[in-house]
Amino acid sequence: MNDTRPPAIVATGLTKTFGETAVLDDVDFTVAEGTVFALLGPNGAGKTTIVRILSTLISADSGEVRVAGHDVSSEPDAVRAAIGVTGQFSAVDELLTGEENLRLMADLNHLGRAAGRSRIAELLERFELVDAARRSVATYSGGMRRRLDLAMTLVGSPRLIFLDEPTTGLDPRSRRTMWDSIRALVAGGVTIFLTTQYLDEADHLADEIAVLDHGRIVAEGTPGELKRRIPGGHVRLQFTAPHALGAAASLLDAASRDEDKLLLQVSSDGSVASLRRMLEQLDDAGIEVKELSIHTPDLDDVFFAVTGHPTTETAALT
Amino acid sequence: MSAVTYTLRDSSTMLRRDLRRLLRYPSMTLMLVGMPIVFLLLFVYVFGGQLSHGLGSGLAGGHAGRAGYLNYVTPGILLMTVAAAVQGTAIVVAMDMTRGLTDRFRTMAIARAAVLTGHVLASLIQTLASIAIVLGVAVALGFRPTADPLHWLAAAGVLMLFGFALIWLATALGLAAKSVETASNTPMFLTLLPFLGSGFVPASTMPAGLRQFAEYQPFTAVTETVRGLLTGTHIGTHAIAAIAWSIGIALVSYLWAVRLYTHRQPI
Repeated sequence: MNDTRPPAIVATGLTKTFGETAVLDDVDFTVAEGTVFALLGPNGAGKTTIVRILSTLISADSGEVRVAGHDVSSEPDAVRAAIGVTGQFSAVDELLTGEENLRLMADLNHLGRAAGRSRIAELLERFELVDAARRSVATYSGGMRRRLDLAMTLVGSPRLIFLDEPTTGLDPRSRRTMWDSIRALVAGGVTIFLTTQYLDEADHLADEIAVLDHGRIVAEGTPGELKRRIPGGHVRLQFTAPHALGAAASLLDAASRDEDKLLLQVSSDGSVASLRRMLEQLDDAGIEVKELSIHTPDLDDVFFAVTGHPTTETAALT
Repeated sequence: MSAVTYTLRDSSTMLRRDLRRLLRYPSMTLMLVGMPIVFLLLFVYVFGGQLSHGLGSGLAGGHAGRAGYLNYVTPGILLMTVAAAVQGTAIVVAMDMTRGLTDRFRTMAIARAAVLTGHVLASLIQTLASIAIVLGVAVALGFRPTADPLHWLAAAGVLMLFGFALIWLATALGLAAKSVETASNTPMFLTLLPFLGSGFVPASTMPAGLRQFAEYQPFTAVTETVRGLLTGTHIGTHAIAAIAWSIGIALVSYLWAVRLYTHRQPI
């Protein structure tokens, strides 16, 4: 990373209150140019509010935000010229065709006729929408709408793109396609500000993750740094008899045991080496295991680790 | 290019989009223009014979009976046509709002006025087309206006000015609505106002209270002006009132709509 370039986004002391509810409480973060920054949090944490403030849709109650070098409250048009926004709900015109939607964006971006046409053709190709280009968007699947939505955002070649939960509600295949598209953008030097509820998504895509809870950033770091703070990874062993459970519990470093269900939970990083070691230990002691399952850390674990409460509690805030 | 050129260019882009949408979704236009036609048929053929007796000297152009009532009621039906057409404006505006398209436009470096201007101009064209269709039906049924070309032009001008005002009002209502369903319902009271004015029967036949409301509400002023221009009835101060109401409603609604568009907060 080149440190002499100004950051793509600098937010300092951001607060926002809707009525009595404090939605954002003194939020600070910096997004370096050309990187992917993921804002991770459950529904109601304030992710969308941050995106709306950064993209000039609403103003913060206090705090300073500079996006692409411009102040969002005093120079909103300069900010708008530099950014592209893909919101949580596909902002596409259902009555028009995919191609007409892109044409609309090309016209509003003041691309000339020829430049517009070649950009549209390129985007249709890139997002696998060539066959559907002349069909009404009303006939598109959820995944196609999201792809068209992103393609519309890209017509103006923004250097900074906001993606508000780009894969929520998508099937696994469409999700993968979306991830690939995002990676391709990053390879082209675009800065991405992403919000997500999924730890694996942030893990796959982001250079830097900030965990948002109740309008505050409770943890920040690279995916690696963050995961090291999570003790949630474990292996769950199911036994057929109580004596096997007891023997295994005394042999292994058990985190918890359930006598009724004959379950034993053992802390583990999930690596093949550690699993093999554990199974060898059990084999040598002649303990029979009925079932084994590996639990990798997820958003709940992150939340539990950094906030001390699970995500379900905060979901009620929406 | 200057700011003005960009505004014009963006507005015409949005207008093209809105007109294309109207063509793609003709069922809405048909439904909105169908309502005043149904009322025209209902009032002329079902109630017209009886109502014309009560109207007596109120009838225009010296026609008596059903034909006279057709001449009387057509201006009121034209006002109803305008009121029905602007329901479409509110629906279209709310569709953009709730589907996130408005937010997309608001995060782009496009002329602020362009999005609303596109909606308003497209609605004006749609309203004009609706008026032409309903007027065509009325003429086919036997509506015989006495107006010369100048009066025709003046009547069209008054209707369009009033339509322009109601379109801005519907735009604001559409922006304020939380859902498309709400947006399609809130402007519905406008289609009732021709009844609570001089659209179907003279205001002077109504009981006190209602009569005062009917005499002074904007639809009556516009109805009487259009009726006078088309069929030669007395206009008096109604023309001034019609223009004043139109400009007033347009101005207040415009300021309200622009405010909602620029400062809309979520939820």
